[in-house]
Amino acid sequence: MDTFPRLLLDHAAKRPHAPALREKAFGLWQTLAWGELARLVQDLALGLSAAGLRRGEHLVVVGENRPRLYASMLAAQALGAVPVPLYQDAVAAEFVFPLNNAEIAFAVVEDQEQVDKLLELREQCPQLKRIWFDDPRGLRNYDEPGLASLDDLIEQGRAAQVQRPDFFAAEVAAGQAGDVAALFFTSGTTGNPKGVIHTHATLIDRARAGQRFDRLTEREEVLAYLPPAWVGQNIFSFAQWLAVGYVVNCPESASTVSIDLKEIGPTYYFAPPRVFEGLLTTVMIRMEDAAAPKRWLFDRGMKLARRVGMRLMDRQPVGLLDRLAYALGDLFIYGPLRNTLGFSRVRVAYTAGEAIGPDLFSFYRAIGINLKQLYGSTETAVFVCLQPDHEARADTVGVPIDGVEIRLSPSGELLVRSPGLLKGYYKNEAATREALTEDGWFHTGDAGFLTPGGHLKIIDRAKDVGRLVGGAFNGAMFAPKYVENKLKFFPHIKEAVCFGDGREKVCAFINIDFEAVGNWAERRNLPYAGYTDLAQRAEVYELMLECVEKVNADLAQDELLAGSQISRFLVLHKELDADDGELTRTRKVRRGVVQDKYGVLIDALYAGKVSQYIETQVKFEDGRTSMVAADLRIVEARTFPAVKGQAA
Amino acid sequence: MTAKRIGDVVLDVKNISLAFGGVKALTDISFDVREHEIRAIIGPNGAGKSSMLNCINGVYQPQQGLITLRGKTYHGMSPRQVAEMGVARTFQNLALFKGMSVLDNIMTGRNLRMQRGLFWQALNLGPARREESEQRAAVERIIDFLEIQAHRKTPVGRLPYGLQKRVDLGRALAMEPSLLLLDEPMAGMNVEEKQDMCRFILDVNDEFGTTIVLIEHDMGVVMDISDRVVVLDYGKKIGDGAPDEVRGNADVIKAYLGAGH
Repeated sequence: MDTFPRLLLDHAAKRPHAPALREKAFGLWQTLAWGELARLVQDLALGLSAAGLRRGEHLVVVGENRPRLYASMLAAQALGAVPVPLYQDAVAAEFVFPLNNAEIAFAVVEDQEQVDKLLELREQCPQLKRIWFDDPRGLRNYDEPGLASLDDLIEQGRAAQVQRPDFFAAEVAAGQAGDVAALFFTSGTTGNPKGVIHTHATLIDRARAGQRFDRLTEREEVLAYLPPAWVGQNIFSFAQWLAVGYVVNCPESASTVSIDLKEIGPTYYFAPPRVFEGLLTTVMIRMEDAAAPKRWLFDRGMKLARRVGMRLMDRQPVGLLDRLAYALGDLFIYGPLRNTLGFSRVRVAYTAGEAIGPDLFSFYRAIGINLKQLYGSTETAVFVCLQPDHEARADTVGVPIDGVEIRLSPSGELLVRSPGLLKGYYKNEAATREALTEDGWFHTGDAGFLTPGGHLKIIDRAKDVGRLVGGAFNGAMFAPKYVENKLKFFPHIKEAVCFGDGREKVCAFINIDFEAVGNWAERRNLPYAGYTDLAQRAEVYELMLECVEKVNADLAQDELLAGSQISRFLVLHKELDADDGELTRTRKVRRGVVQDKYGVLIDALYAGKVSQYIETQVKFEDGRTSMVAADLRIVEARTFPAVKGQAA
Repeated sequence: MTAKRIGDVVLDVKNISLAFGGVKALTDISFDVREHEIRAIIGPNGAGKSSMLNCINGVYQPQQGLITLRGKTYHGMSPRQVAEMGVARTFQNLALFKGMSVLDNIMTGRNLRMQRGLFWQALNLGPARREESEQRAAVERIIDFLEIQAHRKTPVGRLPYGLQKRVDLGRALAMEPSLLLLDEPMAGMNVEEKQDMCRFILDVNDEFGTTIVLIEHDMGVVMDISDRVVVLDYGKKIGDGAPDEVRGNADVIKAYLGAGH
């Protein structure tokens, strides 16, 4: 069973009536069994073949998680063609490069929205000749050449089956494990996206390695609600789904995910930190509205959970009294809370993609959810490092799993070798050579190190890591993102930018979180006239200073990163904004832009000034501009001597 | 999009006059509505728009004039009888059961389609049960159409106003009407909610082929989505035609902006 179509046929033969996919439609969960799915894939494959899709060609798939879109990916693979999932929320212009780069002539899309986008690109992508849609709503009156519904395609496939009864089986049999199985386009921060080539072998190998690590079985339930074009979702609801044979559930719509989550009660769950953060926020808001006795009970319960629950999760010794108290808490608080979140059946939950705040991470573990972190990327077919069940930490990403070798380059960049590595970037020799060495090591671009316990710790993007020169920590490593993340974990801090590479000390810009700090100010009867005024209040500086010093104390614990402690900082008078080009659309800081724009502030920080006047132009969403001026205060923060020999 | 399939006249309003005591709400109003058309009635406050809708709907009986729906002329028909002829409406100030769920509210719109009486429904046996699940399927299609799946079980009173308006539309659609009367469907909405509502109105018209008569205050919206517009002022018709014609009509400009402009 070394290709996805063969895995499908195997499940269909062995357990034809077991559920493969569920989709909530018209208020009911509708099940597609493996046997039915195999027939659907066969019809689609024959239809696609009749339409002209050939071995080695590409089929673009755009839409939310829908059973028939997954079936279309399998149908393309059955023919030896390559599915190319694209992000459904991308604007039309973002499709141009992948469509032309991969010479795409065929597309299967979810609905009118996606059809409109592709039709808009007809002139720029003339090779795109056939588009099929899953949901006909709004498309009734479209009269476009090459546009048809998936129902039509299935119908044609069924008709073709009569003339070519053995075609499908023969095509599946002709597939090889080394054939290309999918092309994932990754959005680089610079330049055009790159198409990552994965074969059946690379994806299935990693899917199985993950399966063994967490002992996954065909009884797992997964809710698929993140974009299928994201490799994470694709691995969890496609590669591992076929490798393990569990059930993938598709929510009714994007807005019903939390309801569907509760109804399905997944056992295996995967989401980036922002999803966990969103869930926690809803819980907290509802708790704040609850009656006083309930709030008191919840606070008591959570205090106990943070003290005891974490130790229980990590299998550390816990006293009998605490155990009893926790059991009681589980009955009345944690259990119902897990149920409300839709996590009562979760056996394994993962978060990945970005750093997760320690408070957020420990909240879930404390109430008894086995939340863990993993490290991987599109190029590595996700599974590189995973945290074992009782060794999850907020600041590491786990141990290398089966088949993975890792090492650090002399510059501190993490290199990975595994059977799941990409075969290359599509039509991009230069990028492939840059990322993959001759002897099969992949350059991750991340800087990190192994802790004494053998866990990988990622600190920053390798290109951003610098060194201090001169001063108390001469030569020490400076990892800006690591420090900034620590600052951002405080609810009052929205954004932070740290400087220090090639300088004698670290200085920082801080953006307050207007909502959180505004709220905080109101509760203290602190009047303010707006963002700029609030940001410059002495009380707010006090609050920020507290956060910065906590971060410093924390950094001092780690010999390697003690040098990254913040000596001086200021609170910016305006929010860093994507409209002003200071952030990317995905809210990542553009260091270059910030450095140029606020050069005078950086100079003031390092020149030892106590304040600096600045005028900045801001751009509104409608393109109008205006000026913001302020006299920014600069303050010193305490730093601490490094604690020796206690590297995390 | 292809051209719309506008057909023959389905609703003909002739010389309608309506007075409440000495107050003349409508004076000698005539217009027609064609199959599959979106027909707007506009006018300043107190122009008689809602009164006009109430006449078509059977709530008011005009003292003079005739209303003919699909060749059948009204004579003292009750709202229920009009509804049975395939006319549904929504209300300016909403007419929903605030304590009931979205699902149940839309289900009330299926009332006319239910065959089994109270007795069967109370027993909840065989035929009544089957019917209930058929009705539920129809309601689910509407919920899907209006994209309110996430609120299926939420009491209507807890929803934001824009969504309540959508539920009100859903309840009207549940009747599977051939003629839909919308009384200020976008009143009190923000820009985004208005855009959503416009899209749903166009979709209803397009997907189900429903003929729509709508009252609206917002001139911009009306001009964008209607095929033809009737303009009322102080109970009199002062304009009738395609949006562009109406926009250029001197009387209309005067009624909306006042004289001297």
